[in-house]
Amino acid sequence: MADEQLPKAVAGPLNFVDDRLGTVGFMKRNVKKVFPDHWSFLLGEIALYSFIVLLLSGVFLTLWFKPSMLEVHYHGSYEPLQGVQMSEAFASTLHITFDVRGGLLMRQIHHWAAILFMASLMVHMLRVFFTGAYRKPREINWLIGIGLFTLGMVEGLFGYSLPDDLLSGTGLRITQGVLESIPLVGTYGYMFLFGGEFPGVDIIPRMFTLHVLLIPGIILALITAHLMIMWHQKHTQMPGTGGTETKVTGYPFYPVFMAKGGAYFLYTFGVIALLATFAQINPIWLFGPYDPSAISAGSQPDFYMGLLEGSLRLMPGWEITAWGHTLSLNVLIPALLPLGIIFTGAAIFPWLERWVTGDHRYHHVNDRPRNAPTRTALGVAMVTFYGVLWLAGANDVLAEKFHLSLFATTYFFRVTVFLFPVLAFIITKRICLGLQRSDAATMAHGYESGTILMSPEGEFSELHKEPAASEKAKLLSKEEPKAPLPAVDANGVPAKGTKGPIGHLRTRLALWWNADTVPIQGDGDPHHHGGHETEEGDQPKQLTH
Amino acid sequence: MTRFTAWRRRSWAGYAVVLAALVAIGAIYAGVSPATDQAQASGSQAQAADLAKGKQLFNQNCASCHGLNAEGTKDSYDNTIAPSLIGVGAASVHFQITTGRMPAMTTAAQVPAKKVVAPFDDPENVTAVAEYVQSLGGGPGVPVVPEGGDVGLGGKLFRTNCAQCHNFTGQGGALTEGKYAPNLLETTPVQMYEAMLTGPQAMPIFNDTTLTPEDKAAIIAFIEAVRGEPNPGGAGLGRMGPVSEGVVGWLVGIGLLVFAAIWITAKKPKKLKKS
Amino acid sequence: MSDETNENPAPERVIGTPAAAPAGKVLVSDDEAGPVEAGFDIDESKAKKAERIVALLFLLAFAAGVGFMVYFIGWSGRDGGMHGIERTQESNLWLGSLMTLSFLAMAAGVTVWFRRLMTSVPIEQERHDLATAEATRASFARDFQQGTIDSGFTKRPLLRRTLLLAAAPLGLAPLFLLRDLGPLPEKRLRSTWWGEAVAKAKREGKQGVRIIVDGTNVPLRASDFNSPGGMITVLPEGIHENGEETLTLIAKATTILINIEPELIKPVEGRENWTVNGIVAYSKVCTHVGCPAALYEQTTHHILCPCHQSTFDATDGAKVVFGPAARALPQLPIAVDDEGYLIATGDYPEPVGPSFWERG
Repeated sequence: MADEQLPKAVAGPLNFVDDRLGTVGFMKRNVKKVFPDHWSFLLGEIALYSFIVLLLSGVFLTLWFKPSMLEVHYHGSYEPLQGVQMSEAFASTLHITFDVRGGLLMRQIHHWAAILFMASLMVHMLRVFFTGAYRKPREINWLIGIGLFTLGMVEGLFGYSLPDDLLSGTGLRITQGVLESIPLVGTYGYMFLFGGEFPGVDIIPRMFTLHVLLIPGIILALITAHLMIMWHQKHTQMPGTGGTETKVTGYPFYPVFMAKGGAYFLYTFGVIALLATFAQINPIWLFGPYDPSAISAGSQPDFYMGLLEGSLRLMPGWEITAWGHTLSLNVLIPALLPLGIIFTGAAIFPWLERWVTGDHRYHHVNDRPRNAPTRTALGVAMVTFYGVLWLAGANDVLAEKFHLSLFATTYFFRVTVFLFPVLAFIITKRICLGLQRSDAATMAHGYESGTILMSPEGEFSELHKEPAASEKAKLLSKEEPKAPLPAVDANGVPAKGTKGPIGHLRTRLALWWNADTVPIQGDGDPHHHGGHETEEGDQPKQLTH
Repeated sequence: MTRFTAWRRRSWAGYAVVLAALVAIGAIYAGVSPATDQAQASGSQAQAADLAKGKQLFNQNCASCHGLNAEGTKDSYDNTIAPSLIGVGAASVHFQITTGRMPAMTTAAQVPAKKVVAPFDDPENVTAVAEYVQSLGGGPGVPVVPEGGDVGLGGKLFRTNCAQCHNFTGQGGALTEGKYAPNLLETTPVQMYEAMLTGPQAMPIFNDTTLTPEDKAAIIAFIEAVRGEPNPGGAGLGRMGPVSEGVVGWLVGIGLLVFAAIWITAKKPKKLKKS
Repeated sequence: MSDETNENPAPERVIGTPAAAPAGKVLVSDDEAGPVEAGFDIDESKAKKAERIVALLFLLAFAAGVGFMVYFIGWSGRDGGMHGIERTQESNLWLGSLMTLSFLAMAAGVTVWFRRLMTSVPIEQERHDLATAEATRASFARDFQQGTIDSGFTKRPLLRRTLLLAAAPLGLAPLFLLRDLGPLPEKRLRSTWWGEAVAKAKREGKQGVRIIVDGTNVPLRASDFNSPGGMITVLPEGIHENGEETLTLIAKATTILINIEPELIKPVEGRENWTVNGIVAYSKVCTHVGCPAALYEQTTHHILCPCHQSTFDATDGAKVVFGPAARALPQLPIAVDDEGYLIATGDYPEPVGPSFWERG
């Protein structure tokens, strides 16, 4: 057993701090804090670590970057732009790239880290959604996550715009056009943001301050809150890994989780460095300085803005002009509606689900996606919606690379943006139910071992075996839905929450939410239930809520 | 059980195969993707050509579509099958033939560039036909690209007037109805000059009085400088902007980190236990 | 069969042919050993091997880290530092590879360490109730109410209301401080520098302002721009003499000049004399969200915006034929002056660029 005496080198400073702040109590409570293990729990950590990389590389870049739109003539070491007129912002970015040692590497690390930050936020949110980890008590962290994603988008857009190259200027131009289209206040917002007309001389210094100070400050605060809440509430657990609603199992924080987290930080840093070494990103010297009369084919934003780009491309040219005013539906609808649907939908989803299912309990054990088929199908439909708009944002690249007609791609996406999410919903729900059926079959009479037996009569049959305990725990983690509230009770009084059109809607939604669920029964022992098929009409096991 | 069978049943064998396949795909892609090497300037000079030889070559290779007198042909609905070549000039003929677009093999939305085939693999034959067409009704002759274009000015002109179709580094881009602006990776200086001068297919014309030969030389010098320069930051990813960057970020970045996450949280190997 | 495979029986559920069942075990239910976690008993000889691997990886990371510094000072620093594209390429490759190697070797080392050498076992902990006990909540409510009473906050509404009144302006004041972020829109978006330049030219007794080619800044004669199918980006002469305003003025004034066979141009009412021998001038700022709409196909006479693919018909007043734009590109009235130069005779008749609320 371990000694109760710490070595002097550790005990000295520790006691110094503890004498004054009493920190050992906190450390004692947390040194063996349990962290459940699952590969998908590390996805959010990519975002945390790439944010650290962003802070470090970003500080390096600010030491040389000049956020100024003063026009200068370039005289650095990149030959093709010698003598060309450009802003100081662009010239200093060229200086970092070609004249500061390691500057290009740091620029590419910063940009790749931003790409990974946003991509990992997306996959992390999808993991949380599909496992139901946003449910009570974790709704606050879910909202913080949505806030972080929104801020990340703005932060990325600003960072992308700072070098003042042709591509980023075009992005800024589109931002300005969208801002201008807002009814009543659009032109005021435009003039106030740009300090006059586009592009003016103020926008880059202003975005610089927002990009390096205000927004990262808020992001840092939100990340801190996110982690503290996660720490306080303890992490959720995957079903079948030993944990229950009242206990959590896994490895202790010190030393295992610390080692894992440390290793993953190094992997994240290593992969970002790998990308920055071998994959060129944002070659602004090829784009050239911003020039309002120039444009390139294939002008695209970074991927996390692709949704907006795609919806802008798909929208027909609707515009209303009446009483001396213009309402640009062709800009407003694509700019606000798809992101509005996704962000608002995600933000209210925990409450919506609680209202429909009437489930107000705590949930510390995650759902397997197949066991919440309606949620999973809704999620996949949203991902499909997002994905179609994403692809639509690159329709010119698709048309060029695959030799398609450009307008045909637009028409195709105009239809599929509505059609594919519906198909995705139906298909996903069926796949989930199919997997439930497979689970039910395994629990009813064991799993198919792959061993073929020949009986003395010559009949072939496959040997079914009883699954391992952990596998059984996983399969049995499915909770059968509560029966919908009866419309009226024994005395003919309508049940609370089912009255009126809202109550009626709620009952209908609850029925739809739980439709077609397959009960999981049995103990997985093939010998007890040989040949018995699980019937869908079997009385489901019910949990009291 | 063979050693291989045993190997492929290891827990990590699946990941290893996927990883190997990804590496192989990457390697194959790197092998087949177009290189950005600087193309050789053809330096094709107008040479004394025999008009009779040109006419003969024209009749053999071009007249079936463009007509025996190069007047062009139309179908029964009066739609042009092949345009008249009277007045298009030697520059246009030289461009169309040396880029392999003519003789055309297809009537798709756009006639694609392809490998030059006989008899036009011999520059003298090209010159002969070009001179013959020139003799029919004049038009721009095969240009000589001035030396020493100003790369800085060329970049500005290219981004203002060319990049909207050809992309900032000449990677090409989409036009309407299946047409496209081709990439400029292999195009020779003379061909670029001719394209600006004659406006092949959907491309607009930039004549010598609007953009002077020096301006055109500047644009050409810019393209040659950019396509000849290495990518200092690693693989160029097609030099086409954020779309390919996003794809790489997801597939390579998130992909590798998911592998790392799976390794970190995988069950510990059994062989740790003392047996 | 080698010793290796004995230690790793093939998984039972495999795709394809399953492994042959060991003789005599067919009917016996296999002992489903759960995941074997690192126990207390680590085989010391195997642990030694793992330890050597980890140490080797850490040494590799150390060497790569030192290599990074050595390369930085020794090689990228030669001739006084990095200059130009080849040196950048070389430096990015070396610095980046060494950095990557250092991180990944260290990461792999730590991974092997905790996978093979850490003896921690999984543990279990209670999840405590997150909600505070009812008694504590009640006690807090009492304290809070008492505090409210003691403060007189509810008893003296005059104080409460005047305090809120006093605080309100302080909340609004920052909005006033932001007023000088930019000018009010006024009529700024309604005109371009073409109008100003034409007015100035007319004051000087000229018919209009000359049109220059963007980039070369050379005035263009109608006889220069005489090839049908031609296209060029142009600006008003003198626009570059506006100091730091120049780019902002170009952003609205940028224009494309297109030469179309005169008989193909459909006359637009009131604009019959706005073209010169088939030469038309349209705003290059897309009416959708403002990208330069400049992708001109001389065969179809379509102008396409490369950002969102709004498509305009150059022969028909640049009306929209496809895409998200709602309005035609504004047309610039042009003519020829006494010396044969192309001139603009007025500003665009309507605001250029994206729509806005006050546009009408």
